[in-house]
Amino acid sequence: MPFSEDVLARLDAGAARIIGKYPRPRSALLPLLHLVQSEEGFVSADGIEYCAAKFGLSEAEVTAVVSFYTMYKRRPVGDYHVGVCTNTLCAVMGGDQIFAELAEHLGVGNDETTPDGKVILEHIECNAACDYAPVVMVNWEFFDNMTPQSARQLVDDLRAGNRVSPTRGPGRLCTWREAARILAGFNDDQATDGPAAGPASLVGLKIAKEHGWTAPEPASTSKDPAEGSQ
Amino acid sequence: MTDMLTPVLTARWDQPDAFTLDGYRRGGGWRALAKALAMPPDDVIAMVKDSGLRGRGGAGFPTGVKWSFLPQGDGKPHYLVVNADESEPGTCKDVPLMMADPHVLIEGAAIAAYAIRAKHAFIYVRGEVLHVVRRLRHAVEEAYAAGYLGTNILGSGFDLDVIVHAGAGAYICGEESALLTSLEGYRGLPRLRPPFPAVAGLYASPTDINNVESIASVPSIVANGADWFAGLGTEKSKGYGIFSLSGHVTTPGQYEAPLGVTLRELLDLAGGVRAGHRLKFWTPGGSSVPLLTDEHLDVPLDFESVAAAGSQLGTRALQIFDETTCVVRATLRWTEFYEHESCGKCTPCREGTFWMVKVLERLEHGRGTEEDLEKLLDICDNILGRAFCALGDGATSPITSGIQYFRDEFLLHRKEGGCPFDPAASTLWGNS
Repeated sequence: MPFSEDVLARLDAGAARIIGKYPRPRSALLPLLHLVQSEEGFVSADGIEYCAAKFGLSEAEVTAVVSFYTMYKRRPVGDYHVGVCTNTLCAVMGGDQIFAELAEHLGVGNDETTPDGKVILEHIECNAACDYAPVVMVNWEFFDNMTPQSARQLVDDLRAGNRVSPTRGPGRLCTWREAARILAGFNDDQATDGPAAGPASLVGLKIAKEHGWTAPEPASTSKDPAEGSQ
Repeated sequence: MTDMLTPVLTARWDQPDAFTLDGYRRGGGWRALAKALAMPPDDVIAMVKDSGLRGRGGAGFPTGVKWSFLPQGDGKPHYLVVNADESEPGTCKDVPLMMADPHVLIEGAAIAAYAIRAKHAFIYVRGEVLHVVRRLRHAVEEAYAAGYLGTNILGSGFDLDVIVHAGAGAYICGEESALLTSLEGYRGLPRLRPPFPAVAGLYASPTDINNVESIASVPSIVANGADWFAGLGTEKSKGYGIFSLSGHVTTPGQYEAPLGVTLRELLDLAGGVRAGHRLKFWTPGGSSVPLLTDEHLDVPLDFESVAAAGSQLGTRALQIFDETTCVVRATLRWTEFYEHESCGKCTPCREGTFWMVKVLERLEHGRGTEEDLEKLLDICDNILGRAFCALGDGATSPITSGIQYFRDEFLLHRKEGGCPFDPAASTLWGNS
């Protein structure tokens, strides 16, 4: 079904702003695909056609790009994408068990959406939060140090429409489509929400402060040329 | 005597507003840019060269030397690209840095762009970290509003636009030439070199690509001097770096120390391997570098010493695994990752990773043979040095090192008719 006039107007306004940022237009293709995904929840044939027309590309050329990147979905996705890290470190620390228990609890397999259309479960690769293992991402926000119990509670809350907050992130969890719009280049108002850093990010700094350890002072304040050398 | 830990990049992370312009300026932030803009660009390059800073993304190439490779006066636009596609398994330093202190990265990017004469800088951040994308964009907006980005910055005549570009899920885009292809709007395939990006990078123009932590180190070098930075670390691996401890360790997290610190020293600070267990194997720098064992606790974590021990410093992603962990399971899982992430461009990597998964599955499930180990090593031998880019080379590291140190364990699976380990014992809650 082609886009409605409302959707088209929104897409065109967003596309113009995105494309205008880049020295060469085609660099805007990945952000534009995020934008298309923010309208439909996935990248449909219409979305591909829209992007192809914007850049004077064939639909095959755009499809080739879409199919290369795992964040673009080709089928409708629920409101909440639940990604369980099952790369080695998280898997060993319990990610495999969390994934297996969530799959059973939700009655879905990898990359499948619950019948109510709320939650899609996917096993994901390392998400750069290994010091918070096992990690679950919901709509690409961090849920740190998960257990099978806390993960079940999380998806139950998501399906029930209860408020859930990421461990290191904003107070309000975005929907999948809202997240895609941020990725396309349009921030919501939550950038300053949440902590600067989580506890694991701060352990080294805390130990350094307890011991009074610091980086050396620069030479201009400490005249000893040997200062800082080992 | 230098302190055991030397927080520089991590120093502001405990301030609740560290990610804001005010929070950053309160600690002296954005002053290095003014200092750099008062210097000729070549002097900034020389300063970073003299500091001895080496790339913090894994390869360890001298950052200032990389900057100096861009031809000058060539009439072409120059580009700076920050590689914020942190995806190497175990690596978790750039994401907390950008979440807590995005301004230090943007100030570093502004200084680097000035040095290499670029008017456009891109921060290519992986898309799977939504709050980091928000924080980066917010910081860029604040920096524009404060006159640190845009036109005629601080009255210097220098213009710079910074674009935060979110990726879309592809490990290969952390490889610098694949990142450029992706940034041009294509499938993220690596490119043949030469020509190197310094000559023909983004849009075939001279381009410098640096890791987040490398660029974020630049403001401290400009502010405190090359000698200050070079006074930390070892003779050939200078400065400080973030060491990321994860896995079976009492207190996982980020520890910023001079290069050359040992795992034994870091583990002491982190409360050791989790209670009641002992170290079995670890990665010094992500899964793409060979595993090390408890024999290597005292190897100085600098580029030269780790290489001499048969591995690589990589990204200082110290993934710690205790004796409850099956090395075959760990290796299989990493290999599945490489198979999934192989871009398919070259045959050794595309086909090799596929078959290595098949053989490792057989071994893990107790159906493998001793010949299978030889087959794996033979496949590795046909990938290493023959793949188009470093992804294929990296895929061989856990396998060759796993077999080197734990050959008997691979074979024990056959004797036992399956994996002899209980995965529940390795979990975060399995210890209680």
